[in-house]
Amino acid sequence: MQQFLDWLNGHFAAFGQSFYDNLIRDDRWKLILEGFGNTLFIAAVATLIGILLGVVVGIIRVSHAQSGKYKILNAICGVYLTVIRGTPVVVQLMILYYIVFASAPLEASIYVAALSFGINSGAYVAEIIRAGILSIDRGQTEAGRSLGLSQGQTMRKIVLPQAIKNILPALFNEFIVLLKETSVAGYVGIRDLTKASDIIRSRTWSAFFPLLTIALIYLVVVVGLTKVQKIIERRLSQSDNR
Amino acid sequence: MITVKNLVKDFGGKRALDGVDATIHEGEKVVVIGPSGSGKSTFLRCLNLLEKPTSGTVNFEGTDITDPSVDIDKLRQKMGMVFQQFNLFPHLSVMENITLAPVMLGKMDKQQAEEKAKTLLSRIGLLDKAQSYPKQLSGGQQQRIAIVRALAMDPDVMLFDEPTSALDPEMVGEVLELMKELAKEGMTMVVVTHEMGFAREVATRVIFMDEGKILEENEPRAFFSEPRCDRLKDFLSKVL
Repeated sequence: MQQFLDWLNGHFAAFGQSFYDNLIRDDRWKLILEGFGNTLFIAAVATLIGILLGVVVGIIRVSHAQSGKYKILNAICGVYLTVIRGTPVVVQLMILYYIVFASAPLEASIYVAALSFGINSGAYVAEIIRAGILSIDRGQTEAGRSLGLSQGQTMRKIVLPQAIKNILPALFNEFIVLLKETSVAGYVGIRDLTKASDIIRSRTWSAFFPLLTIALIYLVVVVGLTKVQKIIERRLSQSDNR
Repeated sequence: MITVKNLVKDFGGKRALDGVDATIHEGEKVVVIGPSGSGKSTFLRCLNLLEKPTSGTVNFEGTDITDPSVDIDKLRQKMGMVFQQFNLFPHLSVMENITLAPVMLGKMDKQQAEEKAKTLLSRIGLLDKAQSYPKQLSGGQQQRIAIVRALAMDPDVMLFDEPTSALDPEMVGEVLELMKELAKEGMTMVVVTHEMGFAREVATRVIFMDEGKILEENEPRAFFSEPRCDRLKDFLSKVL
């Protein structure tokens, strides 16, 4: 019995030591905090770029399909969707970093990453927006146009407000995917959350705490995002009054 | 007011309208009847360009609306339309449904538009529903509000695309009643419908369409009692 307790005790001590080595010693938690900040920054900026690009591309695609207008723009959007959805995000990131912005200063790399993930996300958001718009009955557009509203006014005031509700779950899914995909930012030397754990692991030679810590952080953020989604969904259904 | 010349509409190889000529004068109430697939709805939807004609012209108040350089949004403000499926905006209250277009298009300010909406709503006895949402109303109520929504733009002509076809039988009466009132006030109306009673009572002219063509048109009494073409005789014998 005593032997067993000693054994257990020893393990706990080792466990505590490992915790100390990996997270406390040399202020290693600061590395994780810094990485977390970078991850959030990249994800937030990329989300904004993604929404902006996605809404524009999605609307162009739908408008073209419905009215035959914007032929050239639509063709450009088609190429964009094909290329972005057809290649891995980490490859796109490296192309942007090592080829397109090869001469950019090192401090700018986090912006290059945000741009890269934003361009990537835009393609997926565009398809989500397109599907959302198509989910609204054609009669809604016809009613708006028959009153004399332009195509843009009808889209803004009638179609999009209704489409939002159908879009929301898929959109948040995309945000979540995007947040997690930023974990490849280390490929171009950015110290994001995942890279921070790599750095610690390479110094301490232990994987347990660095990896589980960042996994927990990703998880908490995603759970938070899901909560936000629920709140927005509830708000939308209230104003709906059904 | 509206002159249609040699109107043709193809839907991917199928001819829905096959050279339609028609004239609608101010103050007329024209009812269009015909079997399903006869092109009557397509004809109506071409009048405000919801459907783009393959060829032919539609002249509205002196302007050829099929000319691509024409500002169709401007002209549509003068042509109200009522749909089979009502097409109220489900995310907006009844009041917002009615005031959206007049305010957005700068026809009235918000206050004027709401005053007007209230007048129109009390006229149809639904003033107490101003803050309700479409889903909370019956089909008949929704359709009457859809009519009022179109009226709020002060149109010169009202187009009705089978306005009672999606309604429960007991709701048909209230919608037809409102349409009759409109007719009495002198509104120019083009109505696609299966309601023969309405055609008989309200129309100044009835048009019969089949296979994309106008086969016969006449004032309602003669139209129903002395049909000339065999296709119309056959049709009337089935629906009357």
